[in-house]
Amino acid sequence: MSFRSPLGQARGLGSAKEGAQHWWLQRMTAVALIPLTLWLVFGLASNAGGDYAQVLAWVSSPVTAVALILVLVAGFWHGALGLQVVIEDYIHTRWLNLGLLMVVKFGCLLLAVASIFAVLKIALSPATGA
Amino acid sequence: MTAESKQPQRPLSPFMIGTYYRPQLTSMLSIFHRATGVFLAVGALGLALWLMALAGGKESFDCFAALTHNGLGTLVLVGFSYALMYHLCNGIRHLFWDAGYGYEIKTAYRSGYAVVAVSIVLTALIWVVAYSC
Repeated sequence: MSFRSPLGQARGLGSAKEGAQHWWLQRMTAVALIPLTLWLVFGLASNAGGDYAQVLAWVSSPVTAVALILVLVAGFWHGALGLQVVIEDYIHTRWLNLGLLMVVKFGCLLLAVASIFAVLKIALSPATGA
Repeated sequence: MTAESKQPQRPLSPFMIGTYYRPQLTSMLSIFHRATGVFLAVGALGLALWLMALAGGKESFDCFAALTHNGLGTLVLVGFSYALMYHLCNGIRHLFWDAGYGYEIKTAYRSGYAVVAVSIVLTALIWVVAYSC
């Protein structure tokens, strides 16, 4: 589904050269995060105060691991898109704007990859996967 | 730099927070949506570090848990859970606007109050689950 007018498409996606893609991806990740967020908070809440073995067993179950990875992908993606807009709105010094955008984009990617690796390590470890 | 100095000095409309506009529910909820979004980025960092601590073993997990199992840690977690529920509910309100619904002033206020109420109820529910399980 596209919200771009035929003329807009023909002229080459506007001044930022990406059209409605940022806006659309922010909404798509938002929709995905509605059920994922509710699952996450109530999953975390039911394991609140749990010891190492209990939490490890929860994270290493296949359903939890898959859902956690989906939350991390959608969450860090949505977060990176949102923080980008905040920086673009308020930071007008060129070098600081570009620097912060790189910190946000690289930082979100780093945290997403590292936390997904952590989930995979737990879920695929033979010692914990019962 | 010459191109910049040639820019005409046009008047700018004042920022929504300040002495120029009377605070309204709609504008306050709008800026709170952005504020909770930035705050939740910090929460996502916390979630990532928690998962890494869990993958690191019992020692690092217990070390991380010690940070949260006290009054201040719980207060921060309550803050994150409320911010997440607010951003979720108000985000759904935004999705309705994006689809073209709810722009009447009366409706915008009604949905605003609903967001505040539902996010508080959901946060309370989270903590009931946390303390009863």
